[in-house]
Amino acid sequence: MITVRDLSHAYHPSSKVLDDIGIDLPPGQVTALVGANGAGKSTLLSAIARLLTPTSGQVCLDGMDVATADPSQVAQRLAVLRQDNRISARLSVIDLVRFGRFPYSRGRLRPEDHAIVEQCLEYVALGDLRDRFLDELSGGQRQRAFIAMVLAQDTEYVLLDEPLNNLDLVHSAATMQLLRRAADELGRTVVLVLHDINVAAAYGDRIVGMRDGRVVVDGPPEQVMTPPALADIFGMQIAVHEVHGTFVALHWSGHSAPSAPSAPTPVEWAL
Amino acid sequence: MPPGAAGRTTTWLIAGCVVLAVAAYLSLAIGVIPIPVHEMFSPDERQWLLLRTTRLPRMIAILLSGAALAVAGLIMQRITQNSFVSPSTSGTVEAAVLGVLIATLALPGLSLLAKMGFAIVVSIAGTAGFLTILQHIRYSDPIVVALVGIMYGGVLSAITVFIAYQRDLLQLLEIWTTGSFSAVLAGQYEPLYLVLAVGIIGYLFADRFTVVGMGKEFATGLGVSYDVILRVGLIVVSVMAAVVVVVVGVIPFLGLIVPNVVSMFFGDHVRRTLPITALAGAGFVLVCDVVGRIIRFPYEIPVATIAGVIGAVVFIWLILRASRRPGATR
Amino acid sequence: MGRVRHTVLGLGVAVALAMLAYLVIDVEASWSYALDLRSRQLAALVVVGAAIGASSLVFQTIAGSRILTPGVMGFDALYVFIQTVIVFTLGPTALQLMGIPERFLLNTGLLALFGLILFRWLFRAHSRNLFVLVLVGIVIGALFSSLATLASRMLSPDDYLTLQTVLFASFNTVNLQLLLVTAAVTSVGLVALVPMLRSLDVVDLGRDAALGLGLDYHRAVTRALLLVTLLVATATALVGPMLFLGLLVANLTRQVVPTHRHTILVPAAAAVGVICTVGGQLIVTHVFALNTTLSVIVNLVGGLYFLLLLLKAVRL
Repeated sequence: MITVRDLSHAYHPSSKVLDDIGIDLPPGQVTALVGANGAGKSTLLSAIARLLTPTSGQVCLDGMDVATADPSQVAQRLAVLRQDNRISARLSVIDLVRFGRFPYSRGRLRPEDHAIVEQCLEYVALGDLRDRFLDELSGGQRQRAFIAMVLAQDTEYVLLDEPLNNLDLVHSAATMQLLRRAADELGRTVVLVLHDINVAAAYGDRIVGMRDGRVVVDGPPEQVMTPPALADIFGMQIAVHEVHGTFVALHWSGHSAPSAPSAPTPVEWAL
Repeated sequence: MPPGAAGRTTTWLIAGCVVLAVAAYLSLAIGVIPIPVHEMFSPDERQWLLLRTTRLPRMIAILLSGAALAVAGLIMQRITQNSFVSPSTSGTVEAAVLGVLIATLALPGLSLLAKMGFAIVVSIAGTAGFLTILQHIRYSDPIVVALVGIMYGGVLSAITVFIAYQRDLLQLLEIWTTGSFSAVLAGQYEPLYLVLAVGIIGYLFADRFTVVGMGKEFATGLGVSYDVILRVGLIVVSVMAAVVVVVVGVIPFLGLIVPNVVSMFFGDHVRRTLPITALAGAGFVLVCDVVGRIIRFPYEIPVATIAGVIGAVVFIWLILRASRRPGATR
Repeated sequence: MGRVRHTVLGLGVAVALAMLAYLVIDVEASWSYALDLRSRQLAALVVVGAAIGASSLVFQTIAGSRILTPGVMGFDALYVFIQTVIVFTLGPTALQLMGIPERFLLNTGLLALFGLILFRWLFRAHSRNLFVLVLVGIVIGALFSSLATLASRMLSPDDYLTLQTVLFASFNTVNLQLLLVTAAVTSVGLVALVPMLRSLDVVDLGRDAALGLGLDYHRAVTRALLLVTLLVATATALVGPMLFLGLLVANLTRQVVPTHRHTILVPAAAAVGVICTVGGQLIVTHVFALNTTLSVIVNLVGGLYFLLLLLKAVRL
């Protein structure tokens, strides 16, 4: 269980990026963090993953404060993949995935480590490309390699920051299906930042919507995918329809209008 | 490695070993008193004296220096995640030179070891300064890091020249710093063995260096203390560079091109590439030394000059290759 | 705008003061002798300061970066290499037989040629990447340096001595002929820059924006680079390497003169360059009692200033 209490963060004294956040992330779900740019989603994820030291507040992982706990212990429970995962080191796929075992093996791989690495490679269907260098792979393949590494870390919690950036439709769908299977079949708890609300609705069990550093909406898709809730998150009037059991927000097709009753009504927008 | 490359690499490795063996023999054989092949393995008393006091120490010094600088470059490139960083493009070497100068001026009559200690300390400080600068600057292209390093080294150099000029030590300074093995004698080069000890430490930390080479966030995510490993790397690199500078002088480009070329073939898994890099560095310097002794026999051209020419050409090739690939970090 | 005008005026006054001070302070021997010697030195300093200042500023505009400067591009090492090769191939007498203006023109010509080849080749292959250009320039400089050392080691000791004597003029004993030739070439170069100054304002916006505004970007940049190369080669042939001078002057000028207009910036950079060289030599002569050289001081101050720039998170 990850508990976040009174979490605030400000890069400069005048601009608060996270404002007193309190949230619980129980195991066994796919949770999506959504919101407009600057809402604080990535910052929150980084704080939870202890990549960032917040100005105030606390993140506890199974009772341990992530800021003070032994890094290896944390790494055995929580794995994180950031947005920008171009690394300059020239590693082969299998080397990369093997490093996922580092919190346990510290570099000396035992038979069980090798077995896990094999499984993860198969899971992401990169077995044939194991000896290729990362810079020789396509964007989608590289992303899968990093996901394999994160899976090899064999942690209860898997945190991802916009894993679908730079992926085309096909690879986005494949990645999300992979993550969904990791949650359903391997029992991982997946927390991911997504900028497309519809992906969140299609694959997530829970959507946490943020705005201006605060959590404004928190619940399952059927609760969040409503015009009032979406207006709270994005400040836009967005129409929502249900298609084959999935909620779809039509935020691009002119079926939306900027809300804000105090502003003059821009009639043209609704056309 | 991609399929097919394994075979190609083996061919290169074998060729490399052959070249190394020939160079090693030549290194021991060439000189005012040449030693032909058949006598090399059973030398008479005079030849053995020669081998023991100058030729063997020289060869060992060459191998150790080459390995040390190459490995220092490798580690530095991993911990800064930048292929253009090396002890000679980061101020490390220039700081060591400054350290030697200050030690000589401020505390004359110091033993070689004490001077080395001083040089190491200043080298660590200088490299730490570079790493601090790196954390502060914003840049769009990794090549900028190399430029900044070169200029930073230039500043340290300017300070050194300034002081040396004041004390009329300019010429002496130039002689010290031009990397040359011609003055290596038994009894004077032993401090170089320190790089062996440091190298072993480096090897023990190899996996951590690779993880740090993936970036701060990956390192933290895998439970590796980024700051601690950075500092360990910093010290390892500075010690290696300073020791070589004090005993041998400055050999340019070595720490830059050797790790890059090795990386092209073998990747950046440090535990795997560290021994290869050490060997390649040792071999490169050995070959440069032999060439320098042959070109204008019986006069010697310092290793630094030969390495400067070959190294510069290879470096230019590497830069151009890197800039041709889109969004290249390498 | 008032502030700009005041700053420019201030610069002009500073230049005049510096020059005056150089000529007048601490004259020990006869006035006519001192003035004669000093005015020659002063002229050399002014020429170099103006050439490096103007060319560095223009180069930075083209390159779009504050840490680049043509001075690092290996010109000085190439200069040494050219001399070494001439002595090596044609023998030491060849250099001595050549008149000074001829030698100067040969050197400058070869340097300028090298610069052009380097720029055109790299520019074409890696059109936007001037960092690559400068880095390659630096390394080529190191290459030439090593080659020069190599070649000099292959020379006989006598030839080597001859080489040493022709290598770099010092500010202290400036040959009048050389000075006149250099001054002429520099003036031509600076004057030729004038019609380009307004285009440089547009170049400053970046390649895409400049093209979008209808500027013949490639042509403007090539012509500017040509003049930059000429000016740098001239200054190098006169007094040798001053790695950080251009960097110092260009950045200082932009800090001091708050405008983006090159019609003001470039002359201001020339003025700042003069202040730095003349002022620097004043310090060397009177504060350090000639116990150091101008290039050492310039590299030291320029280098430290550069580090300061870096730490202030200037975008590189």
